[in-house]
Amino acid sequence: MSSNPTRSFARQDAIFARSTQFFAVLVLVTLAAIIISLIHGAWPTITKVGPKFFVDASWDPVRSLFGGLAPLWGTLITATIAMIIAVPVSFGIAIFLTEMCPPILKRPLGTAVELLAAIPSIIYGMWGLFVFAPLFGEHIQPLLSATLGKLPVIGALFQGPTIGIGVLTAGIILSVMVIPFTASVMRDVFETTPPILKESAYGLGATTWEVVWNVVLPYTKTGVVGGVMLGLGRALGETMAVTFVIGNAYNISLALFEPGNSIASSLANEFNEASDPLHLSALIALGLVLFLLTFCVLAASRWMLANLAKREGKRT
Amino acid sequence: MNGNPRATNPIYRRRVWVNRFNLVMSLATMTFGMAFLIWILVTLFGKGFAALSPTLFTQMTPPPGSDGGLANAIFGSLMMVGTAIFIATPIGIMAGIYLAEVGRDSWIAKVTRFVNDILLSAPSIVIGLFVYAVIVFQFKQYSGWAGATALAIIAVPVVVRTTENMLQLVPNSLREAAYAVGAPLWQVVLKVTIKSVRGGVITGILLALARISGETAPLLFTALNNQFWSTDMGAPMANLPVVIFQFAMSPYEDWQRLAWAGALLITLTVLLLNILARTVFRQKTQ
Amino acid sequence: MSFQVSLGSDANAVANATKIKINNLNFFYGSFQGLRNISLDIPEKQVTAFIGPSGCGKSTLLRVLNRMYSLYPGQRAEGEVLLNGENVLDSSYDLNALRGSVGMVFQKPTPFPMSIYDNISFGVRLYEKLGKSDMDDRVEWALKKAALWNETKDKLSQSGLSLSGGQQQRLCIARGIAVKPEVLLLDEPTSALDPISTARIEELVSELRTDYTIVIVTHNMQQAARVSQFTAYMYLGELVEFTPTAQIFVKPQDKRTEDYITGRFG
Repeated sequence: MSSNPTRSFARQDAIFARSTQFFAVLVLVTLAAIIISLIHGAWPTITKVGPKFFVDASWDPVRSLFGGLAPLWGTLITATIAMIIAVPVSFGIAIFLTEMCPPILKRPLGTAVELLAAIPSIIYGMWGLFVFAPLFGEHIQPLLSATLGKLPVIGALFQGPTIGIGVLTAGIILSVMVIPFTASVMRDVFETTPPILKESAYGLGATTWEVVWNVVLPYTKTGVVGGVMLGLGRALGETMAVTFVIGNAYNISLALFEPGNSIASSLANEFNEASDPLHLSALIALGLVLFLLTFCVLAASRWMLANLAKREGKRT
Repeated sequence: MNGNPRATNPIYRRRVWVNRFNLVMSLATMTFGMAFLIWILVTLFGKGFAALSPTLFTQMTPPPGSDGGLANAIFGSLMMVGTAIFIATPIGIMAGIYLAEVGRDSWIAKVTRFVNDILLSAPSIVIGLFVYAVIVFQFKQYSGWAGATALAIIAVPVVVRTTENMLQLVPNSLREAAYAVGAPLWQVVLKVTIKSVRGGVITGILLALARISGETAPLLFTALNNQFWSTDMGAPMANLPVVIFQFAMSPYEDWQRLAWAGALLITLTVLLLNILARTVFRQKTQ
Repeated sequence: MSFQVSLGSDANAVANATKIKINNLNFFYGSFQGLRNISLDIPEKQVTAFIGPSGCGKSTLLRVLNRMYSLYPGQRAEGEVLLNGENVLDSSYDLNALRGSVGMVFQKPTPFPMSIYDNISFGVRLYEKLGKSDMDDRVEWALKKAALWNETKDKLSQSGLSLSGGQQQRLCIARGIAVKPEVLLLDEPTSALDPISTARIEELVSELRTDYTIVIVTHNMQQAARVSQFTAYMYLGELVEFTPTAQIFVKPQDKRTEDYITGRFG
């Protein structure tokens, strides 16, 4: 039988296909295992604390009180600050790189931005703690509270101790970390615009800005949103850039100078010290919430980027 | 001198100003972004190089107040990162082959592709929690193996994604030519398509290496740390990122100096690996 | 070499002034010279066709007329292109204003990712501030001119991408016309279209001649014969022959033109 090569090829191929499939399925199993193990670990909290976990702001390991609202709030608020800064800046950088940059600088600058996106986040955290926070607390925060802090509605945001450490600082450091990443995704997305489409707009006499705003952006909007969400996913789950500078306090306040905690920073700070099983389980529950949150954001972002890729494929 | 009446049209004049303003803003954001990043790098290089010395590579992490180096942490990092990439590479390449060459549009392939993309950007601290739950908690022991496993889980999606992307760049005509001589699937893949994108696959492995070299969060609850020289992967293991974290957060100045030196080492490694990956990619693929 | 249209043989030519005058134009892609010493007078309110084998520079020449090449680094033009007597290659000539006056339609339909209505109004808004009803009128006027009104009047808010290929190309022509340019450049406008859509576009080009100076690049000689009054034959970056269309196909003056024409027709 084995003398027939075709026959044995078929068997070999079946083995080959099965074994590659095994490894692909391993990836699926990993995700399932992550979710299951987190749910399992969080189970005591799910049963004992229940949905109150999301609305209860009191986190006190000594009294065995575990409400997850404060770190959840910290996660959302730092990520929001980060995106408010990072989105327009990344957009500007991407426009610069695709439409304005002198051709000799295009490649080196583009590569520089990509390399910066690869720098480990712990470096951003250290820089934030040692360099940015002292300057920010000494010069910028007093300035902000003396100006914006006096305004009627948004003034409430710019309150708190001007010590450089806090939610606002964490958001800013996060934004600096996310900018290169978001900018390079946006640049890649902008470059999918067919040159002929841009030429048509230039052909009507449109300016560079009008071409970007009216043609490139609408053409790539799902991709741009996808890229922003990818950045948001990073900002939500980032640990090291935040832990150094957020202040590590369970605190819910609109005042952005106040110290706070994000889910990731709570985990980094407390997990190894937690001895009470409920404390451990509450931390795992926070991890589960973080994972599900980023899962939704990333899923939406992938879906949007895939749509752009599909359309691009159809067109060329 | 311009006789074209459109050039003096007031609406047009306004548009020109809007354009200029926005382009200046774009330039400003570029400068702003770059300024921050250069600032970070200058700080890092300044403080890092100042703290760099040969004893970094020969002495162990010290208690506060005495001299020391990072030898145990560097060794631990090398061990764990090496083990992780050793585990992740075959898994990632095989899964990548499945997506690009075998499964293609099957539902398993589609779901795997989606899940892989999610894992690619999943928060690394959650991966640390997961490994804590399935390894550390079960064996009641922080260990180098646990750290390596966490890093491997982070590296696999990177290898999968680049392998698949590279294989998709192989022109179908090459595949068809191989099938046309009667080669079976496994030979087509292993002897033709994978070989033609070897450079790309190596790029993926280098990028995965770069990615996990700087990861801190997943090691916090897995490898933990170790003050001493240890080659035992079954015990807590020192590693650069966690040492940096601990030392930087400490109030001791000599620890902080060591943290900067470590940070510089990690950043240089990551940048070097990235540059290497680009060079390999450019040389081996046209 | 300079080509003046030989007057007298064609009745149309007599009545028409020169709209664009090209003097000693040279064009470079980096160090490669794409156009050599072109001089040519494009007559007003006529259709002028550029023909020649691929790579001969006909599209390059067209893209000089609205300086589209300047989007790309390393491409530069030397010489003069006079529109209404002014050199548009002069760096002080306003680029956007030039492109407002010289419209362009491309090889492939390029509707913008917006509604049919907005595709048309986009260009208009660049220069004019029109009220809602004036803008409606302008959109209707442009779509009628491009023979697209009947097919689209009930779905103006739909995406431009929802139209068929031929309709999309007419939308692009309507978009170009709506800005009320003086010159319309057509770069192989039917190369991506089926024969029926091609016929409609050709018909449209002939009608538009009454109001616009049209320059069309085509690889299809029958098309040049059908729609144009003047034809320029180009070869390897040089202008070989420029005469009334009727003449070039009947008795070409240059051997190279004759070879090309007979080769294709034969």
